[in-house]
Amino acid sequence: MGTLSLKQTLSDHQGRVWNVSWHPVKLMLASCGEDKKIRIYLHEGGKYVMKLILAEGHTRTIREVSWSPCGQYLASASFDATIAIWENKGNKFECSATLEGHENEVKSVDWSWSGHLLASCSRDKSVWVWECFNDEYECDAVLSEHAQDVKKVRWHPHEDTLASASYDDTVKIFQDCTDVSEWKCVATLSSHTSTVWSLSFDESGSRLVTCSDDKTLKIWQQYQPKNIPGIPTPNDVAVWKNVCTLSGYHTRTIYDVDWCKKTGLIATACGDNTIRIFREENDSDINQPNFSMVSATENAHSSDVNAVRWSPKNPGELASAGDDSKVNIWFYSD
Amino acid sequence: MEEKLENINPKLYGKIEERVVTVDDENEEVVDDFDAREIFDLIKNINDPEHPLTLEELHVVEERLIEVDNQKNLVDVKFTPTIPHCSMVTLIGLSIRVQLLRALPSRFKVNVEVNPGTHSSEAAVNKQLADKERVAAALENKHLVSVINQCVSVKN
Repeated sequence: MGTLSLKQTLSDHQGRVWNVSWHPVKLMLASCGEDKKIRIYLHEGGKYVMKLILAEGHTRTIREVSWSPCGQYLASASFDATIAIWENKGNKFECSATLEGHENEVKSVDWSWSGHLLASCSRDKSVWVWECFNDEYECDAVLSEHAQDVKKVRWHPHEDTLASASYDDTVKIFQDCTDVSEWKCVATLSSHTSTVWSLSFDESGSRLVTCSDDKTLKIWQQYQPKNIPGIPTPNDVAVWKNVCTLSGYHTRTIYDVDWCKKTGLIATACGDNTIRIFREENDSDINQPNFSMVSATENAHSSDVNAVRWSPKNPGELASAGDDSKVNIWFYSD
Repeated sequence: MEEKLENINPKLYGKIEERVVTVDDENEEVVDDFDAREIFDLIKNINDPEHPLTLEELHVVEERLIEVDNQKNLVDVKFTPTIPHCSMVTLIGLSIRVQLLRALPSRFKVNVEVNPGTHSSEAAVNKQLADKERVAAALENKHLVSVINQCVSVKN
């Protein structure tokens, strides 16, 4: 068993903290929540220090924040139906664009690996793909495949492939299909029996982990046409297959999951106040993998845990956000 | 709120006796846990959105359909819509949720669900009431909050 040690608690937000996002390059963190403010923390003198508060960008709850891969921009998704783009100008951030179009609450926002594409999703059941060039943002696609509220969007780590999770219990995969030059849903992942709250690709991008209100985690494997195990791929399109379900570990809704690209560890944020860490076993078969829980930190927050994110810079470092209005910084060690 | 009432003639029930305050209840030294009766007392006077009656009088809430686990910080409330097609069911569930969110310590996890078999779309209603993100978004709607406040305010 490993240990998750609490390094620091950041108690600046008022009300529920919905999300945290690590800067891709610096030891820097952004958080957001019910108080309609974004807070920026920088690592200085051995701990995280609040440097800036971004207020007045949104008129309602800020549900999610996401850094661009270059670290120059921060996108924020709000219940006010807009997405704000903040540009880092040295010691201040300026709101350089506001993206409008969703009919109601925006639930999630994420940048593609190159930083040229941005995805957002909303309670209006749609997923939008935005193209970004020279600080201009243009809507490239409105994808209305989901039957319900879309909770999360996440890009593939090194391809322009997008995954979305929904209240309709499914996950959908979207790609820019070159033959028709149009964004299309290329796969629907059905197996969860309630809302899929979040998802995360592994480092290779050929595997996904999803978490749900049904209290399970699921691992999905992508199979390309003519794959060796002989998984059928109708119409010569890659298929995603549920190869592992982790049930019996979580006692309430799992609100977030993050698959660390450096260590391969999976962290979960649960409504039972616990942060759990899972690791794939050494002799695991890729077509039938085995994962074991390596730590469970009860009362990681004094209320629901809403988000967990592994640091992209510092392997083992984890940030979490909770309904107890706190952001916690942890370190996992074996 | 509607011109035409959905359930014109709801069945009426009596109110239960006021709780008798014991010596221990008044003793600040004694730590007393929450029980079903206390939860019931918090929600029994919520007003029905349609009728000038309380949820207790309409048997929408009953003490026997409330479960409390103090060790696990769980409160489970089942409520019974007056008719199986009641369009107010989500609003009633939301009012119960809001009242308990405001009154109980934040350590409690509150589940509010339709009493099984008493509403035509209970699965969809339960899913919506359990989705804290949608509840949070709904509670940022000023009109809805004012309607809920009218429901939860105790009339003299």
